[in-house]
Amino acid sequence: MAKTEDQATMSKIGKPPLPAPDEAVPASEVQLYANRVRVYPRAVHGIARNIKWAILILCLAVYYVTPWIRWDRGEGRPNQAILLDMAHERFYIFGLTYWPDDIYLLTGALILAAVGLFLVTSLAGRIWCGYACPQTVWTDLFMWVERLIEGDRNARMKRDAGPATLDKAWRKVAKHAAWVGIAFWTGGAWIMYYVDAPSVTVQFWTGQASREVYFFTGLFTVFTYVLAGWAREQVCTYMCPWPRFQASMLDEQSFIVTYQKWRGEPRGKGRRDAEGLVGGQKLGDCIDCNACVNVCPTGIDIRDGVQLACINCGLCVDACNEIMTKASGPKWLILWDTLARQEAKAAGRHERIHLLRPRTLIYVTALLLATSVMGAALAMRSHVNLAVLHDRAPLFVKVRDGSIRNAYTLKVSNKTDAPASFALVLGGLQGGSMAMSDEAERRVPALNLDVPRDAIGTFRVLVYGAPARLADGSVNVSFTLRNTATGESTEVSSVFMGPPK
Amino acid sequence: MSEHNAAGEKDSVTGRHTTGHEWDGLKELNTPLPKWWFWTFVATVVWGIGYAIAYPSVPWINTYFPGVLGYSQRNVVTAEVKALEAQRAGVMQKLKAVPLEEVKKDEALYAVAMTAGRVTFAENCRACHGAGGEGRPGYPALAGDAWIWGGKLADIQQSIVYGIRSGHPEARVSQMPKFGVDGILKAEEIDQVSDYVMTFYKPGAAALPGAAKGQTVYAENCAVCHGDKGEGKRDLGAPALSSSVHLYGDTRAAVRAQIANPKQGVMPAWNARLDEATIRAVTLYVHGLGGGE
Repeated sequence: MAKTEDQATMSKIGKPPLPAPDEAVPASEVQLYANRVRVYPRAVHGIARNIKWAILILCLAVYYVTPWIRWDRGEGRPNQAILLDMAHERFYIFGLTYWPDDIYLLTGALILAAVGLFLVTSLAGRIWCGYACPQTVWTDLFMWVERLIEGDRNARMKRDAGPATLDKAWRKVAKHAAWVGIAFWTGGAWIMYYVDAPSVTVQFWTGQASREVYFFTGLFTVFTYVLAGWAREQVCTYMCPWPRFQASMLDEQSFIVTYQKWRGEPRGKGRRDAEGLVGGQKLGDCIDCNACVNVCPTGIDIRDGVQLACINCGLCVDACNEIMTKASGPKWLILWDTLARQEAKAAGRHERIHLLRPRTLIYVTALLLATSVMGAALAMRSHVNLAVLHDRAPLFVKVRDGSIRNAYTLKVSNKTDAPASFALVLGGLQGGSMAMSDEAERRVPALNLDVPRDAIGTFRVLVYGAPARLADGSVNVSFTLRNTATGESTEVSSVFMGPPK
Repeated sequence: MSEHNAAGEKDSVTGRHTTGHEWDGLKELNTPLPKWWFWTFVATVVWGIGYAIAYPSVPWINTYFPGVLGYSQRNVVTAEVKALEAQRAGVMQKLKAVPLEEVKKDEALYAVAMTAGRVTFAENCRACHGAGGEGRPGYPALAGDAWIWGGKLADIQQSIVYGIRSGHPEARVSQMPKFGVDGILKAEEIDQVSDYVMTFYKPGAAALPGAAKGQTVYAENCAVCHGDKGEGKRDLGAPALSSSVHLYGDTRAAVRAQIANPKQGVMPAWNARLDEATIRAVTLYVHGLGGGE
């Protein structure tokens, strides 16, 4: 019996909650569609709630304040600490400036985030979902506003079920107005990560901002309002892909919010002594007060075991403890524990906590590996880039003295914070010389190219060579570009062409 | 069909009306067009009639019904071209006013000139001078450094505006005598001077049989225009013979042919086809191909 129940529990990981098929109803008439049951979460106090408040305040503060942090980058460049400047193709993150060709670093950051999430999930279940996910944070904030205006669970349920009154009307209007206000603030803050915060604020209110600014502010306002105000737990249960594959990170050693069935069952109201016998058994610790269900932001019953809709926020832990304290019952009937330990406790055994297990060790290794690779990539990131484009028409021209001339367009990226002077040296072409396109006659062995800081310089360079040196009409050449100040250099190969012999 | 069946005979299996048509006991079900389809069709017919009244539609013998709105694609294009010209007027005016040498100092203006020049070059000059100004036999390379009439901005501009042997009174004209066809030189003299001209640019050509005698012929007939050492004279349009770049080829046969019966190319005068600002843009573009002086 216990075995089957555990199997049933495990099988619920990663599966959407379906109504249990009623044996009286033929399989063909089982409805796969269920209407949304509106969730009215009750306010709760306790340790999980306090942690959740702290993380909520931290996340919101970071989100709203970050764009306003200033960072002096000097004349002509944005002085915002974090700015994803799409218009000028640069990402500024404090002292670092990312160019479009550094985008692999972003890939690395995303890999780090993913592996980090896997590790945390395998250790402590979906605490990301319960505490730090923007959907959770904003939904929590919206619920708090709702509670301020409309009251707690019972008051809200009663008012919603009741007739349309003036009291109901003003509260609804006030609530939605507040929600839209927060949503707008959120959408507005989003924009500030992409354009300078103080100037876009002024531009926004004077009608000077770009169409994109208004569009994305509107977009994020609408989505914040809809997702945090209306969709809420539906996002977690039906829209988000994470619950669908989190089962592959969780195992029986992961710490998750758990109802201690062995202690709580059989549940029931009434006396805990022999008089409260149910089917010959004494009642368990669960007094079936439904507090855990009433506080749940996704509207589930934790006593049904691990399930897809559980975001591991632990508010039910607080709710149960709250009630048990009042009822002078034993606390921690719902707590954070592993399935393996619960099974052991049910059987009267003691089970160790296994933090180090193959799964977590693999995640830690992957995390360390990715971190070191990304760290190395960041540290050894090149600050000079050269692109060489050989002229296509004409491939070469013959000049008066009989030499062959090829023209190249050079794009020189100076990724440093100082104007740079680059020395360009030609290799691979014996007796070859170079000239700037607008000084074709001044042939020199090396050229000097000046590029402003954080910019790309475009140069048309002419290369002269003797036709006698060309085997098969073309020869491989190389351009070596060296930053004369930092010594950093790069080499790019190209081809020098002439008439075939 | 359905009116034949006013009684509304129903097929017992499908519950649908029949059309009343019957073949050997098989009856046809009445399956009308879906309503949405039918009304969409009607709407397109109505739309089509309205469109034919509003816009040019019916062709007459030598004209057409212009439609009550008076719409014409030609007028639209004309208006768009006018609008474009108006939009460009300012910068093109500026391009006309600023001296050619100064344009490069104004980065924005130079960028406009380069774009206009590139487009104009591709439309008008590419056919003969090549896509990148690489030239071909008989059509001078513009990307190289060998200029017959000069590679300064003003020289290039004049060549474009008035052309070369174009018939325009201001056109650049040079005349290479037909030394062979007109009997000015004897055949062996032409052979000798051909050998001598080769020595200007071909290493080892001094060993050619006529090279020594050809020097005298050259001094008497050619040096006045092409220079004592074959350096050419740009003000006369006489090409440098000492250069490695030869418009009609550098083989001995090519040299001899060009002395005996010279080919002379024509460049049209572009002032009739392109406006002044555009010509200035092309001038800057050609100058920037890599050979400008």
